[in-house]
Amino acid sequence: MPSDAIQFENVSKEFFGIRALSGITLSMPPAQIIGIVGENGAGKSTLMNILGGIVTPDTGSMTCQGQPHKPAGPADATRAGIAFIHQELNLFGNLSIVDNLFIDGFPKIDRLGLLDKRKANQSAHQALQTVGLHCPVHTLVENLTPCEQQLVEIARAVGRNARLIILDEPTSSLTQNERDRLFSLMNTLRNAGCTLVFISHNLDEVLRMSDRIVVLRDGCLVSTGSKTEYTVERMIIDMVGRQIKNLYPPKTSVPSETILLEVSGVTRPGIIEDISFALHKGEILGLFGLMGSGRTELARILFGLDPCTAGEIVAINRPLRRHKPAESIHSGLAFVTENRRDEGLLMEASIEFNIALAALRQTAGSRSSIWVDHKAIRDKSLRVARDLRLQAADHKRQSARNLSGGNQQKLVIAKWLLTNPQILILDEPTRGIDVGAKYEIYTIMNNLAAGGAGILCISSELEELTATCDRILVMSNGRIHGDFARSEFNEKNMLHAAFKGLRTAAEPGDR
Amino acid sequence: MSGLRTRCTTLLAWLVADHFILVLTAVYFLVMWLIYPHMAGRRNLANLSSNMWPLMILVTGQMFVLLVGGIDLSQTSVMAVTSVIGSMIMTSRLDPAKFEHNPLWGVILSENGGLLAGHAMAVPAAVVLMLAVGAGIGLINGLATAKLRMPPFMVTLVTMSFFSGFAIYLTQSENIMHLPDSFIRIGKGSLGPVPYAMVLALLISLAAWIILNRLVLGRWLYAVGMNLKTAAVSGVPCAGVIVFAYVFSGFCAAAGAILYSARLEAGRPTLGQNLLLDIIGSAVIGGISLFGGKGKLRWAFYGVVFFVVLDNSLNTMPLNYYAVDIIKGAVILMAAVLDVVRNRLNQTGQISVGT
Ligand SMILES: Nc1ncnc2c1ncn2[C@@H]1O[C@H](COP(=O)(O)OP(=O)(O)OP(=O)(O)O)[C@@H](O)[C@H]1O
Ligand SMILES: [Mg+2]
Repeated sequence: MPSDAIQFENVSKEFFGIRALSGITLSMPPAQIIGIVGENGAGKSTLMNILGGIVTPDTGSMTCQGQPHKPAGPADATRAGIAFIHQELNLFGNLSIVDNLFIDGFPKIDRLGLLDKRKANQSAHQALQTVGLHCPVHTLVENLTPCEQQLVEIARAVGRNARLIILDEPTSSLTQNERDRLFSLMNTLRNAGCTLVFISHNLDEVLRMSDRIVVLRDGCLVSTGSKTEYTVERMIIDMVGRQIKNLYPPKTSVPSETILLEVSGVTRPGIIEDISFALHKGEILGLFGLMGSGRTELARILFGLDPCTAGEIVAINRPLRRHKPAESIHSGLAFVTENRRDEGLLMEASIEFNIALAALRQTAGSRSSIWVDHKAIRDKSLRVARDLRLQAADHKRQSARNLSGGNQQKLVIAKWLLTNPQILILDEPTRGIDVGAKYEIYTIMNNLAAGGAGILCISSELEELTATCDRILVMSNGRIHGDFARSEFNEKNMLHAAFKGLRTAAEPGDR
Repeated sequence: MSGLRTRCTTLLAWLVADHFILVLTAVYFLVMWLIYPHMAGRRNLANLSSNMWPLMILVTGQMFVLLVGGIDLSQTSVMAVTSVIGSMIMTSRLDPAKFEHNPLWGVILSENGGLLAGHAMAVPAAVVLMLAVGAGIGLINGLATAKLRMPPFMVTLVTMSFFSGFAIYLTQSENIMHLPDSFIRIGKGSLGPVPYAMVLALLISLAAWIILNRLVLGRWLYAVGMNLKTAAVSGVPCAGVIVFAYVFSGFCAAAGAILYSARLEAGRPTLGQNLLLDIIGSAVIGGISLFGGKGKLRWAFYGVVFFVVLDNSLNTMPLNYYAVDIIKGAVILMAAVLDVVRNRLNQTGQISVGT
């Protein structure tokens, strides 16, 4: 009998006295795709961090291909044939693909340690071929799309002959087409004898791709088995501990005639062209588009992070021209950015610090106050954290970095809720968030809209938009190519609009 | 292996704990006192205190700049320039033999002293002008870094070189003596048992503490240093915050210059020349991160106390001046390495150091 690729024996881990994992005993057979699901903070990433030598377990042991596995650091895990592709990508944008691939060990020509560039280029080229990435090995990583960057990470794993590849939420920033590409690569690798661990909050995907399923809840192993034993419903029940019938809350808000945000003819050459629309009181307006269609850029311009060369933006009867974010916040705008690590959070700062940052003046009671009201901040931060069910051990001491991915996302939303926004711009608000928390975020959107706010929600999940929005704008190539009222929602037409005006060969297979 | 790792981590966690530096300083002082009993003598204690307060002021200013992720190398030249300019206002007598060839001879300088020599307002005017010039040079640094996006290292290196040269040009390398008594008293006098230097240092520290812990501006300073992009999205006026940090640093440098000039009873074009390592060294030893966004005023204070005690003890020992410098350098290097390690550990989530 071939030994299991990986075995966990009674593995536990505590952070700040809070159980992240308790007594996990689990074996992963070789040459399979193992799907791990669980709510935010269930311990998925922590379990993998232990395997990858990033975190040391408090108790328990592991074996890797029958050998005891006790990594003292990530380098040990790499040597044991484990490759870890993190929730947040870990590449050096300013270096080329080949430099990134060999960052921890170029092939050497001789004892003097001279680098064998030719050999490096060759093997880099080969690894890129395996993962199906066809671009020159000297391309700078920052010029690649997130999908291509991910392929580079996988190429790095392949190049090191990894026997076990961990993919922590690899699909959250990919389009459907890119996902399919990744999935076929995963199948190829599995067929070549690799074991893959696949973590995702998209349960359909997990069910489709995995051979075995592992469900975690609150740091405990709830169930595991072959995928034939599972349905999405069963996974949800195991994850949450109860049945969730609806993935989306019923709509409770009705848009009114009052216009909150009026955008006319906003242009930034080469990025967005002549964008006009109006956001009404109580309306949830969807903004659908493929990655690179200019949706995030539009949001940045609206919020005053980037300038526009023409056009007008009027927020609650106040024209905003050459405005700064501070002015936007003052006018009632809030912007939940897409990238929480780079733009959403201060990773080293405490939860409390992060929550208060955008609303320092509001919490102090007056918009011109120069004093920080620590008590008000503490109270309010505890309240929104409770409303959002943010899981954290200690608001004052725990840093944002130490939250699970999904809880970091909740933290970004919490921070903006504190500003009492009238116009809330959300850029991919449910990325990396579990089913239950998604439901909570949709409910928050509903409640805000019912309370008279207007919401502009950017997403590449069409289903999410059709379920929650009153109206959907479709953007492509920097322009608005479709405006659908709720009664006219039609996935096919919207996708058609999303591909309209694409100069490059359209991807009709996408969705 | 992993047991060793945890033990190392525990050790490091202890090393970076809040009061570690203060405890270390106390232990070190006790040991030194046993070896050199006069360390704790009245004279030496007074000496320690008079070295500590001006340095504390300089480090406080430097800390603000470090917090926003910058560095201010120009503090020492701000000291030189303000020392010279202030003295040129209030000196009561200048030796023609030395100053005849001065570019300002006959303009504001003469045998009868500086611009306001003997005037009742000479000292207040000079002090205000010194602080204003310090803040002004800080403003130049701040605008160049925040608005022109030039690297702070480059900007302040240039202003350092320019203004230290300028101070020497203004005086043609001469010290300006004969400062008014009321000015000199700032450096030597005391309010009851409390030296004026200490009063000034405590006032500036108090202001800094209020800014950092009670004002919105303080949150902004930390936010800008931790992540400029996040700060900008959150509505922080980043450029203004950065400019403020440099202005404050320049202001503190000028305040330091007032104390040092008063103590030396002279305006000196080379004032502060050797202080840069002491300033940045104290900050780093205290635990103010060179990567920005991390540090407390208390840590700066501990760093200064440690550095002053170290310096004092090294000067007590029979050592060559270069040996003293080598040892000081090594200690600062260790502190800087500790900063890097601390950052690394923090990122892998092994330990958590609050702000
Ligand atoms: N370095 C750390 N310090 C303190 N707490 C931590 C640390 N890492 C993880 N935790 C806590 O451990 C728990 C499990 O986190 P983990 O990242 O494993 O969750 P996850 O299942 O990956 O969630 P998500 O789906 O949101 O990514 C969380 O409550 C988190 O706050
Ligand atoms: Mg995770």
